[in-house]
Amino acid sequence: MVDFLIIGGGIVGVSVAYELAKYQLVIVLLEKEAELSFGVSKSNSGIIHTGFQDDPRSLKARFAVRGNRLYRQMAKVLDFPFIPTGELVVAFPGERESLEFIKENGEKLGIPGLEIKDRKWLEKHEPNLSREIEYALLGPTGAVINPYEVIYAMAENATSNGVQIHCDNEVISIEETSDYWKIRTWESEYRSRYVINAAGLSADKISLMAGMEVPRIRPWKGEEFILDRHADRLTRRIIFPVPRRNTKGVLVIPTVDGNTMIGPTAEEIEDREDLTTSKTGKQRVLKHIQRLVPSIREDQVIASFAGLRPTIEEDDFYIREEKDRFVNIVGIKSPGLTAAPAIAEYVVKMLIEKIKFLPRKDYIATRKAIPCFRQLSSEERNEIIKNDPEYGEVICRCELVTKREIKEAIRRGARTLDGIKFRTRSQMGRCHGAFCTMKIMAIIAEELDIPYEQITKRGKGSELVKGYGS
Amino acid sequence: MAAAVGASSGGLKKILLLERLPRLGGILNQCIHVGFGLKYFKEEMTGTEYAARYKKKIYKRNIEVRTSCFVHRITPQKEVTFVCADGEFTVSAKKIVMATGCRERTREMLTVPGTRPAGIFTAGLVQEMINIHGVMPGKSVAIIGSGNIGMIMARRMTLEGATVHAVLEIMDHLSGLIRNKVQCLDDFGIRLYLEHELLEIMGKDRVEAVRYRNNQTGEEKLLSCDTVLFSVGLIPEQDLLIEAGIKPGNGIYLVGNADYVHDLVDRVTKEAEKLGKSMG
Repeated sequence: MVDFLIIGGGIVGVSVAYELAKYQLVIVLLEKEAELSFGVSKSNSGIIHTGFQDDPRSLKARFAVRGNRLYRQMAKVLDFPFIPTGELVVAFPGERESLEFIKENGEKLGIPGLEIKDRKWLEKHEPNLSREIEYALLGPTGAVINPYEVIYAMAENATSNGVQIHCDNEVISIEETSDYWKIRTWESEYRSRYVINAAGLSADKISLMAGMEVPRIRPWKGEEFILDRHADRLTRRIIFPVPRRNTKGVLVIPTVDGNTMIGPTAEEIEDREDLTTSKTGKQRVLKHIQRLVPSIREDQVIASFAGLRPTIEEDDFYIREEKDRFVNIVGIKSPGLTAAPAIAEYVVKMLIEKIKFLPRKDYIATRKAIPCFRQLSSEERNEIIKNDPEYGEVICRCELVTKREIKEAIRRGARTLDGIKFRTRSQMGRCHGAFCTMKIMAIIAEELDIPYEQITKRGKGSELVKGYGS
Repeated sequence: MAAAVGASSGGLKKILLLERLPRLGGILNQCIHVGFGLKYFKEEMTGTEYAARYKKKIYKRNIEVRTSCFVHRITPQKEVTFVCADGEFTVSAKKIVMATGCRERTREMLTVPGTRPAGIFTAGLVQEMINIHGVMPGKSVAIIGSGNIGMIMARRMTLEGATVHAVLEIMDHLSGLIRNKVQCLDDFGIRLYLEHELLEIMGKDRVEAVRYRNNQTGEEKLLSCDTVLFSVGLIPEQDLLIEAGIKPGNGIYLVGNADYVHDLVDRVTKEAEKLGKSMG
């Protein structure tokens, strides 16, 4: 019997696990994919929003503003990169009024530092922006993170405080009894007093399994494109056009890793697994982006990916304890990443009013990232290699990732090539894994003691090897 | 190796040869097909044999060899920084020869639409998988681009029991050598489709099919396969220079495929030896 069972290992589920881990509770988190963050979260743009683009009366706006503050604190204790870039909403002729409106909204929410800047300021601080842009609203609290890095950081902390995380564990039925919920997966069965449904694109299905109808989720696809690092920082801040209904528009995002990302598109689709990218998507993004930053060229695009937003009809998050001891967290799309820690805080507060949780006595507040060889000074590098010569074995040459970092990623839960990629940046560079894939596979095979045929890109069905040579 | 040998025979005394892999030879070591050495050694051999044969010249001379050393920075002042199991070191040189070879263009560089399943590889990676590690990446293969490594791997995969359905080339002519088309495709009944463009990669977890178009007729087709292999060109590996803002010259040299992509290793060897000698 467990106290809390969380369904979904994306940013929301893991945030709830991290928050609940502060108390004396038995907590299990289930994820259907091979690793945490492999659903909706991994394709997130990584923006920590100020919160000013949403209706100030909405949960979205409230939680985004609060989440933005929480990330600043978490980045320190959980040791993940948080880059306070700031954000700009830019106005073309005739759009200044929209900026005033957004600024007013933001001020109602208590967002600090909002200022409308003029052409002269833009020329000095963002010289690559189009000259047709007349004004911009500066939100200095806007920032960027890597979604999967944050998820792994929170999950590692939660695990060190006793949370059990089971990936590759898809829920197939949920049964209500008088004092607990019975949850079956393909792998096993759990009894839990409470269930938190944070299942992203499948949250409506999960809720139905437990006999509750919630708003139907409609996937909205977004395609994003990454530009070569040689292309330099095109903008220092995240650039937004004036928002339209249902979307914040196509953006310029300076990422944590130093590349510029452009996108996303916003297109409603039927298939909850459609992660295709298209030529039209790329053309559409480029068309919008060249209006903001005219110097961006098609040949600077080095990678592309697509993600799905779990959208519901109502233009807000849907967070409720629907039946006793079953909390639905549904429709968490933008600014969901920003809001997630605040959502978790809200859900835990909501429950704490009803039952008493005792704080964990031996709670571990911090977590340390895997030392990143690339970012160390020469002295630090010599020191770390002296203690561990595997830090001197470079496996991924484009991103300077060493054997030790890859082994450490596996020790912390990576099971797939993508999991190792997200934790170490290996395979993300110019060669896209052509030089290091086989070397990483050899390390996985050795560390996990499995044959090559069982190594996957991102879980069952994505095996890389189909047998041995004759 | 050839630049070091050339420099030594030209009279240079202090030569350091840095290699990132545990042994000398680079990509030659995974080239177990024949076609090497006819010009230089007057004898046909595999790439692996060629590297092994050439290596003997290195050990006969006073050349300091350090393998498993990864060079990650050079400066305009000709300092070279590398990492190995003993630590990070910086050495100053009077001359630097970049013999870093090239890397393959990938699916991402072409921004091919579709999904991102397992089963998409560059030809060189598949060569390493099969020839070095003895693992088969797939059984049913479509090859994109008619580069030499792609054609060589079409034959290799066929010999290892896979079915290679076709080589799709967007241009109206072969991009690799005619010799390779004859020996690797024609002899094994593998079709080469010129002016055929890859439109989409399909498959959720593993590749399931590719969609392509005959650009002459406009006809579109689906091809079921579990593997897509890209052989769409090579890029000289000059990133250390680009990152440091260095142009070759003033004692910094590019040689071999790091300079421009060659067809024959024999020619690369001669060019590098000549360059080495001229430095003496």
